[in-house]
Amino acid sequence: MEKKLIVSSSPHLRSGMTTQKIMLDVIIALMPAAAAACVIFGWSALLIMVVSVASCVLCEYICRKVMKRANTISDLSAVVTGLLLAFNLPANINPLIAVFGAVVAIVVVKQMFGGIGQNFVNPALTARIVLMSSFPANMSGTCWPIPFWYKSSADALTSATPLGLLAEGKTDQIPDYLQMFLGARGGCLGETCALALLLGGIYLVVRKVITPVIPVCYIGTVALFSLCLGRDVLLDLLSGGLLLGAIFMATDYTTSPIDLKGKIIFAVGCGVLTMLIRVFASLPEGVSYSIILMNIMVPLIERGTRPKPFGKEPEKHEA
Amino acid sequence: MDLMFPKKPYRTHGGAHVPHHKNTAQMESAVMPCPSQVILPMQQHVGAPCKPLVAKGDTVLVGQKIADSQAYVSAPIHASVSGTVSAITQVMLPGGQFVEAIVIDSDGQMTVSPDVKPPVVETAEDLIQAVRESGLVGLGGAGFPAHVKLNVPEGKTLDTLIVNVAECEPYITADNREALENSWAVLSGVYTLRDLLHLKRVIIAVEDNKPDVIEALRKIADNPKMDPEDTVRVLPLKSQYPQGAEKVLVQACTNRVIPLGKLPADVGCLVMNVTSVAFLANYLKTGMPLVSKRVTIDGSAVEYPKNVIVPIGTKISEVISFCGGYKKPPRKILMGGPMMGIALTTDELPILKQNNGILAFAEEEAGLPEPTECIRCGRCVSGCPMHLVPTLLEKYTEQKDTEQLQKLGILCCMECGTCVFNCPAGRPLVQAIRLGKALIRKAGTK
Repeated sequence: MEKKLIVSSSPHLRSGMTTQKIMLDVIIALMPAAAAACVIFGWSALLIMVVSVASCVLCEYICRKVMKRANTISDLSAVVTGLLLAFNLPANINPLIAVFGAVVAIVVVKQMFGGIGQNFVNPALTARIVLMSSFPANMSGTCWPIPFWYKSSADALTSATPLGLLAEGKTDQIPDYLQMFLGARGGCLGETCALALLLGGIYLVVRKVITPVIPVCYIGTVALFSLCLGRDVLLDLLSGGLLLGAIFMATDYTTSPIDLKGKIIFAVGCGVLTMLIRVFASLPEGVSYSIILMNIMVPLIERGTRPKPFGKEPEKHEA
Repeated sequence: MDLMFPKKPYRTHGGAHVPHHKNTAQMESAVMPCPSQVILPMQQHVGAPCKPLVAKGDTVLVGQKIADSQAYVSAPIHASVSGTVSAITQVMLPGGQFVEAIVIDSDGQMTVSPDVKPPVVETAEDLIQAVRESGLVGLGGAGFPAHVKLNVPEGKTLDTLIVNVAECEPYITADNREALENSWAVLSGVYTLRDLLHLKRVIIAVEDNKPDVIEALRKIADNPKMDPEDTVRVLPLKSQYPQGAEKVLVQACTNRVIPLGKLPADVGCLVMNVTSVAFLANYLKTGMPLVSKRVTIDGSAVEYPKNVIVPIGTKISEVISFCGGYKKPPRKILMGGPMMGIALTTDELPILKQNNGILAFAEEEAGLPEPTECIRCGRCVSGCPMHLVPTLLEKYTEQKDTEQLQKLGILCCMECGTCVFNCPAGRPLVQAIRLGKALIRKAGTK
């Protein structure tokens, strides 16, 4: 018998863009920074990335199985979370800590709230904050591996991050701008190489995965704030997790506002909070907390920034 | 006054770069030979259905009025072939509703009725009366009776005629061919409308993917002999879907925003499809009412895609046979374009007045992706020409929250499908919005 005609609701044409393709583009955009991490921090950086990605994907797989939901590992979002989580860890950390981080990110933050698109905070960042408070000895102070430690013969293989040094007043030990731009400084394994992160960001903008609104507003706010306070603007831009956060974490679709006006408010808020924490709080670095705090504000921001429907009279507020 | 001609189109929000697939744009239209039978449903327009004026067994001639209605918002129907009324029966329209239809068995002669003679038109009232008698409906696809549109209510004044040659739907090239093959009729219709309705300017809006149309129309419109006061100009638009949607088009041409629930007339504009305008000119010259239509036949299942001028009421299957038949088994047949067209259940339906395309797709293009969860990427929001948040409309439709739906402007949605086209998660957003609108209607009638 001849097959019947398919009847469906219009439109009958799709752009061909899929969640999987978007995630693949993000993974490609993260590759320069991943490569830089391997060069700067050696094989241990690669090990952490592999462990983190594998445990995130495994967690997602098991979660979906246990919850009897359709499996979503093929959308590659767990791979992105795994990479971002690894980028937020020091290269010399115990891989088991990365596994724990993956469980927090995927099981607690993502799947318990319903999976992709449903989490209200960034999974990788939340996991980083949980790890920071659970394992402070491994993720703060002077425990950060120094660049090229794996071929160094120096006694001390770890040091503080540039912002840590700044907070302690040891400004003479801060690397110069070029070293900072190329990533030769202490810090999380994926956050140090500004060049690689910017390349990734440009790729995402060119591929129209993100608009430059959030990164530009976020970084711009930090620069302006820093300038007004008479701080070293370039140091503020190149240190900490600012570029990683502004380009890859604050632009997360699920946890940032959906339209332009909201995105601007969100990004400026992230910038202000980052600088407030850096300048006035006891932590040397504030990107993670500021993004998470602004993630929580998103529903509120969106309520105030809904676009006005074309030709529709504004709502009359009843007295 | 803002009655200048814009140098370039005004900014409109959103839109999408849909693939054009204008495969038939360069091909001369073919004229379909007389079909063996035509089926003329009593509803081929927005408004009240017509009542048959003929009975089974009657002989009819081409152009003879065979059905009409007393209602104001309606348009009469004319025989498109000569022959015998073989049945008055019920047929299903593409949307699924059943209406009465007159079936005419053709005698193959195409004898023209003696009633067909040019109308005498000297005033706007004459024009409106003539347009009503011609059976003209909006040929862009909406099917709104044209005489209603031309009859501007007291208190409103029109200053601008916008001729819609955007044709932003992929595949469809019927308006494109009309503008090329009947450029003189288009301009003649434009001058008639301008003079009788006392319009101050005419903007012929063409998407810039049709440079040949722009050139052909400009050659006539920019001729100072024809248009000494320079009241008619061609405006190239960005080739961006949905540029031809009425509200978007009016904004692109005049920067005026049509309020929700209002018509172009409320902002002084008259928007007419190019084929409607050309038909009007020909009707005033010959008196032949709307009995045939140029239809783009295309899609991966069709052997020889082309534009065909067919008698209205010809079965789709017969028109496709004329185009060489199916080269692959069809799995989806659309009446209209792929963005807003209706998927048909069978190719035994007749061509209607407002049809501009029939697309038949083989297996590969017929299926749709399985939806996955919304990732809030915002592509539906940045693409929406009506500034809506489609993903929220879907959410509130699921929750049956009609109050929120109305607050979010669901009634502004014209179902252009840009959000669904862009959605990486394959969400059925337009489907949800249609359901949401139905919920509001239901809540309103309680």
